[in-house]
Amino acid sequence: MAHLNTQPNLPSPDEFYADLLAAHEGLSDDESAALNNRLILLLANHIGRHDVLCDALGAAK
Amino acid sequence: MFQDRYPLAFKLYPYEKSKDQDAPKAVRHPVVIVGGGPVGLATALDLGRQGIPALVLDDHEGIGMGSRAICFAKRTLDIANRYGCGAPMLEKGVVWNVGKVFQDDRQVFEFNLLPESGHRNPAFINLQQPYFEKFIFEKIRAEQDTGTPIEIRGKNRVDAVDVRQDHVVLTVATPDGPYDVEADWVIACDGASSPVRGMLDLGFEGRVFQDSFLIADIKMKSTDFPTERWFWFEPYFKSGASTLLHKQPDDVWRVDFQIGWDVDRAEEMKEENIRKRLDAMLGDDVDYEIVWSSIYTFQCRRMNKFRHGRVVFAGDAAHQVSPFGARGANSGIQDVDNLGWKLGLVIAGTAPENLLDTYDDERVFGADENILNSTRSTDFITPKSKASKGFRDAVLMLAEKYEFARPLVNSGRLSVPCTYDASRLNGPDHLPNGPDRTRVGSPCPDAPVAGGFLLDHLGTDFVLLAINTEAPEQIDIDGIKVRTVSVRTSDNPTGALAERYLGSEAQAVYLIRPDQHVTARGRVYTEDALRAALLKACGKD
Ligand SMILES: Cc1cc2nc3c(=O)[nH]c(=O)nc-3n(C[C@H](O)[C@H](O)[C@H](O)COP(=O)(O)OP(=O)(O)OC[C@H]3O[C@@H](n4cnc5c(N)ncnc54)[C@H](O)[C@@H]3O)c2cc1C
Repeated sequence: MAHLNTQPNLPSPDEFYADLLAAHEGLSDDESAALNNRLILLLANHIGRHDVLCDALGAAK
Repeated sequence: MFQDRYPLAFKLYPYEKSKDQDAPKAVRHPVVIVGGGPVGLATALDLGRQGIPALVLDDHEGIGMGSRAICFAKRTLDIANRYGCGAPMLEKGVVWNVGKVFQDDRQVFEFNLLPESGHRNPAFINLQQPYFEKFIFEKIRAEQDTGTPIEIRGKNRVDAVDVRQDHVVLTVATPDGPYDVEADWVIACDGASSPVRGMLDLGFEGRVFQDSFLIADIKMKSTDFPTERWFWFEPYFKSGASTLLHKQPDDVWRVDFQIGWDVDRAEEMKEENIRKRLDAMLGDDVDYEIVWSSIYTFQCRRMNKFRHGRVVFAGDAAHQVSPFGARGANSGIQDVDNLGWKLGLVIAGTAPENLLDTYDDERVFGADENILNSTRSTDFITPKSKASKGFRDAVLMLAEKYEFARPLVNSGRLSVPCTYDASRLNGPDHLPNGPDRTRVGSPCPDAPVAGGFLLDHLGTDFVLLAINTEAPEQIDIDGIKVRTVSVRTSDNPTGALAERYLGSEAQAVYLIRPDQHVTARGRVYTEDALRAALLKACGKD
């Protein structure tokens, strides 16, 4: 994993996780999946590096 | 007519008729504490040690059976040390540092709390709640023998409260019938279902979680389970949606099974059914005895305000959290720590009554922090939607291989004290390069000093902590005593004192409240600055 940072990097992990759950609150399963899809695309664009994203695809499998 | 609501682990204060019961007119006491749980007992000890007569009324004659709380945090032990009852807790308690998290049949990861060195107390001990209470009680007895004005009345049940202008009248049921007693101040420490709260018709709002847990405390007859905390998500042995295993003193282990909302309690509580779950987990060859079991549901809620005129609520009566994170009793003891000195000054007439409103501000803030943390843990442990469960599973899967996901695994964020950043009692922070952890509002961290530990010298009075600098030995400001503690970092070769209190400063003075929270700091002592900060810290500005 040369490019992807898999060390802890979130300043407040619990707060992030709570926000993530809050974003999904009240959504149907399909709506949740759609939200995740949009989220991944946004984050991928922000990362903006193909090598990093490929590492992430591998790690998530 | 006088039925116990629960069996006792220790009968400590059998009912005795008090002379108040035969008095022609209700007798007035400065402080009446309703409830002799850990919070009520600690309140009595705090006030009694200040010389304030404290009367505890409890509807039982001792400590309830069953352990409930088992994890007591460093801050609680620090406070107990201040009250003189920390040593036996530490001696009896089990110290642990290693935790393991499992999912199904695989270990996700292992952590070590890696406690920072240079503290008298460890990060946590595990100790059955009845022992914790008993050690406080034994200290009360020892204090009573030297004339400390504490009285505990067993089988004295508060049945009615009548709040008057400057006092409260309590109607108390006893085996000899009811009597009235008056109090200048009432501290309601009567637990989560607080009858006093009900009598005053006050609300208790929050979230009830749709789940229940079966607890079994088991004594192992033959084993060498390690002194570690093991937490399973969706264990392969199927005894619960999650399971916790944690060691207590006396070879007793706490097992907690998450069993769901729609359960037949009577059925689940049958020994044979509890054993089925335990055997599936432990295997057939482990021999144990069940010493206590119970089913609990949990909620996160609090009162809107903890002070209602002359009636002040503390502990579970004021706020309730889910057990994940061990914040119930631990936060209740912090309530006592916060309230004790404030009530002491108000009763002595050296601070205005509205100082007590800052108990409300500070401890409501603390309760919210605890509720937030324990709600988050609860959401992770018992996900409430498919999306939430999906993220939980993703975190657990990734955590096995990738370190980044481990901080997201939340099987309980263990209790730490809060920093009163926004307290109106706070004075200035004039130590620009001082460490963040000792900023104004923080609880003082311990550190080694010549001949012992720093916290042994702080608290109970206001303390002026002078580090590498001079200050007068004792100062009286407006009837309030400030005691100076002078230390030098050159006496502390480990460097911990400098790291925790100086940062890159060469010297510092800290004004520290009786509850060991920093209320102002700066580089040098000046009489004017001290006076201003002290008056502010006592609500007198
Ligand atoms: C399963 C479980 C696990 C827990 N684990 C932890 C943990 O690891 N760490 C932690 O810090 N906390 C934990 N807690 C929480 C902890 O047990 C409570 O926060 C703690 O007991 C609260 O103390 P208290 O003194 O406020 O109330 P209580 O302990 O409930 O005491 C209230 C007292 O008031 C008395 N009383 C009630 N009504 C009256 C009346 N009308 N007149 C006179 N007396 C009255 C009662 O008899 C009782 O003695 C746990 C709780 C549970 C259920």
